[in-house]
This record gives sequence, C-alpha cells and structure tokens, in this order.
Amino acid sequence: MPIQEKDVVWIEEPELSFWEQTFLPAVAGGLKVAMQHTVAQRSVTEQYPEQKPDLPLHYRGVHRLNRDEQGRVRCVACMMCATACPAHCISIVAEDASKDWPDRDKRPQSFVLDELRCIFCGMCEEACPCDAIELTSIYDLTGQTREQMTFTKDKLLSIYDQTKDNPRDPVRTHRGRLGCASELERQPLSATSPKPPESPRAKKQ
Amino acid sequence: MPSNEANRPCTPKTNSDENQIEMPTVLVNGKEVSIGDGERLNCIQAAKRADVEIPHYCWHPALTVVASCRMCLVEVGDKKPDGTVAMQPKVVPGCQTPVKDGTVIVTNSAKVKQAQAATLEYLLLNHPLDCPTCDQAGECFLQDYTYKFGHMQSRLMEPKTLKPDKDYIGDQVTLFTDRCVMCTRCVRFTREVSGTGELQVINRGSHEEIDIFPGMPINNKLAGNVVDLCPVGALCSKDFLYKQRVWWLKSADSVCPDCSTGCSINVDQNNETVFRLKPRENSQAQGHFMCDDGRFGWKYIHSDARLKRPEIVQGDRRTAVDWDSALNATRAALQDAVKSNPKSVAAVLSPWMTVEEAYLLAKHLKSLSPDVRLALGPVRVDGEDDHYPKDVRGNAQANVKFTIRAEKCPNRRGVEAVLQHFQGSIIAMGDLLVDAAAGRVECLYLVGGDPRGWITEDQAASLAKVKTLVVQDLLPSAASARAHVLLASGSFAERDGTFVNHAGLAQAIKRSIRSPEESRPDGRILWDLAGRTGLFNASVFRHEIAQEIPALSALAGEMCDSGVLLK
Repeated sequence: MPIQEKDVVWIEEPELSFWEQTFLPAVAGGLKVAMQHTVAQRSVTEQYPEQKPDLPLHYRGVHRLNRDEQGRVRCVACMMCATACPAHCISIVAEDASKDWPDRDKRPQSFVLDELRCIFCGMCEEACPCDAIELTSIYDLTGQTREQMTFTKDKLLSIYDQTKDNPRDPVRTHRGRLGCASELERQPLSATSPKPPESPRAKKQ
Repeated sequence: MPSNEANRPCTPKTNSDENQIEMPTVLVNGKEVSIGDGERLNCIQAAKRADVEIPHYCWHPALTVVASCRMCLVEVGDKKPDGTVAMQPKVVPGCQTPVKDGTVIVTNSAKVKQAQAATLEYLLLNHPLDCPTCDQAGECFLQDYTYKFGHMQSRLMEPKTLKPDKDYIGDQVTLFTDRCVMCTRCVRFTREVSGTGELQVINRGSHEEIDIFPGMPINNKLAGNVVDLCPVGALCSKDFLYKQRVWWLKSADSVCPDCSTGCSINVDQNNETVFRLKPRENSQAQGHFMCDDGRFGWKYIHSDARLKRPEIVQGDRRTAVDWDSALNATRAALQDAVKSNPKSVAAVLSPWMTVEEAYLLAKHLKSLSPDVRLALGPVRVDGEDDHYPKDVRGNAQANVKFTIRAEKCPNRRGVEAVLQHFQGSIIAMGDLLVDAAAGRVECLYLVGGDPRGWITEDQAASLAKVKTLVVQDLLPSAASARAHVLLASGSFAERDGTFVNHAGLAQAIKRSIRSPEESRPDGRILWDLAGRTGLFNASVFRHEIAQEIPALSALAGEMCDSGVLLK
C-alpha cells in the first residue's frame, strides 16, 4: 500500500533557547567528557586474539542457510535476497522441488554467496520470507583464494550446523515475530565462541 | 439510494460549437472522452481513453465477455438531454456494459472502491499467497490490484482451502490450481481462438477448478498463450518455470522470425541471456497471440554450435582472424573478381536478412559493378498455412483469428523489394548454383540466417569450383564448411533492422543482447564491408533506403511500435 497522506506526521525542529544559542553549555559538556577521559584512564584496547571480543547481539558476520524441521534447506529460491542485495553477491539457480518434496514447489539447485563482495548489510536476512538466510556472529573470516570465499549451499548449511546451538546465534526471525534473542536481558557469555569455517588459520592451530 | 454526490461528475461542459460534428461523448469520473461514431466499446475501454484504469481479470479484448470475476464493478449512469444525470442504483460490471453518447462512468466513488476491495478479498480468500515461489510475482494482477485497490490484511480465520496442483495438463503448460481465480480466460481461449477446447471448468461452486479431459492434454500449437492470458500465476510456462524472476528481465521490441506472419514480440533477457519471448499486441500483425513454434523456437540463439569468430583460409587451413583482416580479405576478393569478370561475381541474399542488411549488401556489390548478380536465398515453406480456430475435426473454421504461415522466413518481401530495385528481377539461388557448378562463378557471397538449415550437402558440393566463397551465417552449415572467408553473424535478437511480413507490414526489430564472443550483427559487418563511416544505426539508415527505393518509401516516417504498411 502506498503511504497515505494521513499517515505522514510532519514535525518541526525544536527552537533553541537563549543559552543553547550561545553554545556555552555544550562546550562545557564537551570539556567535562574530555577531563573525565584524562583523569580516569580506563583501557579500551582488547588483547585480540588471546581475548575474544564481546560483540553486540546484532553483529552481522558470516551467513548461514538454515534447515527446516526435516533437515532440508529452508530456502525456497524466491531470490528476494538476491534482489535486495546491494552488492549483487548472491546468485541462485532454482529448480522444481515438487517431485521429491510434496510440500514445496521450489528449492535452490545452487546457492552461491560471494563473501568477498558482501558488505554484510543484512538486507538478505531482512528480505527472506522464510527465515532461511541469516547472518551469524562469526567475524574472523579468512581464505587464501577467491574460491574459498565463495560460499556454496553446502558450506552455508554447514555453518548452520556449526552455529545453531550457539546461544549467540539463535534462529532469529519468525515471520514478523522477533526471535528469542530479542528477549535476552544481557549478552550470553562467549564461552562457546564460534569457530570460523575452515579457515587456514584454524587448521594451523 | 445512498448518494455520493461529492464524487459524482459535475455538470459536463457542453460541446455546443455549431460547426463541429458532435461525437459521442462519455464521461469518466467527470472527464469527457470522445469515442468514434461506429465504435463499440465497453466501460473498461472507454475509461482507458480517459487514463482511468478499471481493474479486470476475466475480460480480455480478444475473448468473449463473461463478467464473472466481478473485479470491474463500476457505477454507470446516463446524462439526459436536459443535463441531469441518472445513475443506476447498483454497481455493474464495466466489461459487460457498452457505452453510448452520454454514458457516465464513476470508478472512484466510495461504493466502487468498496466493491473492488471486497471482490479482491474474496478472490484472495483461498489464494495460497506463495508469491515468493510463484513465477508470476512481479507481473501478477492479483499483486498489482491488491496494491492499488485492495485490503492489506485477510480477515479469514479458518484454514485456506488449497486444491492440489495438477500433475500434467500439457507439454508446455503447468497448472497450479490453488492460485487460480477462475477467470476462465484460458478456457475461452481454447474454445474461441485455438478452437481445440482442451481446458474446461470442472465441478461447481467452491469446488470448481480448471482441468483437462482425462488423457486430452493441452498440446495445441497456441497452448503457450494461456500462460500469457492467465492474470495470476496459475498457468505457468514449463520452459520458463523458475528460470528467472521477472523483475530482472529487460525487454526489447522485436518481431518473431519464425514465419512470415511476423508476430510482434518482446524479447525478455537478463545478463545477455534470452529467457522468453512474449507476444506484443499488434492488431496490424497478428493480434494478441503468438504460436509455440515461435515462442519456444529461439533456443539456437544460445547454441554452443554458433559461429563465434571470423575465419579465413590461410594456406591449406582456415584460421580465426580479426574482423579487419576478414573484411579486407572479402573486399579484396570481391574487387579482384569484379576487375577480371564482373559477371562471375554473385551473392545470395537470405530472406532472413533485414531490409537494411539486404540494401547494404546489394548497394555495395552493385556499386562495384552493375553486372554482379544477386539471388534470393531459399525461402523455406513447411506444409500449408495453419489457420485457427479449428473445429472438432481439426479443420480451420471460417472466421480465422490466427494463422501460422507455411513460409518460414521473416522478410522475403523486404529482400525482394531491395532485389527488384537494384536488379529488376529476382534470381533463385538454384540458378546461381548451376552456374557455380559449371565454374562460371568466381566469387560468391552467401548469406545464411535460417537456423534450421538452408543449404543441403548436394547443393554445397556445387560450390567446389568457386574461387572465393564468402559465407556470412550464425550457425555452421554445409556451405560454411567450404567457406574461404567465414563471417560470424548475429541472430534476430542481436540485430537492429526492419522485417516486412507477408502482408507488407514493415516492423522494426531491436537488439536485445550482444552477439556471442567475436561474432557481430550482420548490419555492422555489411556497414564495415561497404566502407561506410560511422556506426550502423538502423533507425537513421531506414530514411536513406526510403528515399532511394520507392517501394519502401513508407519507411521514411517515424517507425511506430506497430510498424507501417508498405504501399
């Protein structure tokens, strides 16, 4: 539905008072913050990689393709993610699924996501009508060749298997209703920190 | 009668100029539109002239009216001679209501809007809303009309009744029964246009669905049209199923090259790959439809066998070269042969060439010497003209609505007009081959283009004595195997130009994709061969042809989408 004129609310910029117009309170506030930093020196540097960062829950890392209750790929190859993707990094080839899976019309024959092109904006996750593609909290993604960074359907499914039990990566969206992550009061501890998928560095360790 | 005077049209402005001939006038949402004196329009057509869209599913201009979908309900009234307007108390289906002088149509009143929203809600009650997996999404009238005229939420609390999809109804068509809105366009098409009557409505009430009679699938030559007719995603093309989302397709106007009917089409492509052809409405050419031979006959465009680069014979082997070398070699061979004996130089112009290409080649060769002979390539004729609708026994009925022509080339008339102008007579390719076999042809320029083959092995054997054989074609053939110079050319989807159909209707074809690898569209090859400066631009070049060839003078004007009839 196009946006109706009655649904649009026009708001005015609040007017500045006399003191606000002088900018003196703002200058004083800035000086206060600067002084606090000078006096109470808290270290903000994290000792990565010995110490893993505590990322916010909405951090967008490597993608995964979720499985449904029967272990099949959830994706129905509607290509909404490929349409929404501003970096054009998703290419899907669809096929007819009705022969093998009577409850489904369509499934991806191949699903290729170029992690090098991806800008991790999360539009694919937002566009997905069946909660199939999601971004996990895996941030340390490396590879030695371009091919290693081109994720196929199997690789994306294996990331699901790897991350599905991680409390930081629950299946988040449920058709409009927010997932369990939205109900967490504080961030879960990163005790079961996810491992990056088959990166050469992980092999060396 | 609940009034909605605010939305009623105000008193119309009178058309009181005495000298002016009074045209019948219809009022659409207060806006006056004139209709022709003898025109028989319904409310939908009259409203369209006033740029007002009346949503409709079951009505189609090429089919009979059933007024069953109830989507086009509008308020209709009459303007009396004294200027008062009397509206009918109920909304009526616009598709079934003819307009006359003084008819008043209201499509934007609260009553009409309510009727439209209620109809859509009803049609969507049991619709599966599987737009993500539906091929029609993006060009679906359920989506479009819901966006424009419908509710956004369904109030249905009960589970939807979803009928199972049909396993098989035809070789080219699938039926997703649950998406159907029972507009019966497809049923009426098979009864009225193809005349084959395979599809029908079975059961009644909420159990009704489209089906075939058991064991009688919809496999007639016009079957693909039911996919275009279907306003929702119920009938889908097996050929295109799940290949591409339609919003990625870019389409170019073109003309189907598979018979001399010259159906107007759209070529839908994405990333240099053609995905489908769709008919484009053109009452001068074919109407609303196209046949399956043309609809699915374009696959050779992406064939691996395509000739992909120019080649010339160097020593005893033919090797790939760049275009400059190939064209220089062609030019040199032609000039040498013309110098020694102009009568020994000949060319075969294919009826698959556009008018522009034929003109370029004919003009260039005739400018070398007027004695160069030009022949018309083989015009493939398969069987007899196939007329529709058919009767029960498969014979054509009297009122022909669609014809698949036996002449399977798109531009015989256009090429003939060019040959007539430059030579006065038309030589058949067979006569040239007889001369070639006798060794009287030194240099021969052959243009192919027919993707289903245009020269037999026996015919090609008579080319053995030709000293320089230039072949310009898109697919390998018996002739291309013997060519001394091979010029890889383009398919209809890669070229710009003009085709003239069996009735003398000239229509423009427009490039939609690039030619594969090193191959080039024919127009560009011949433009460079003729040594012209600048780039080949068919729409500009057409004027030059129109000025020189009186038979093609109609091409001088602006070429509209539906083409121009030659005199």
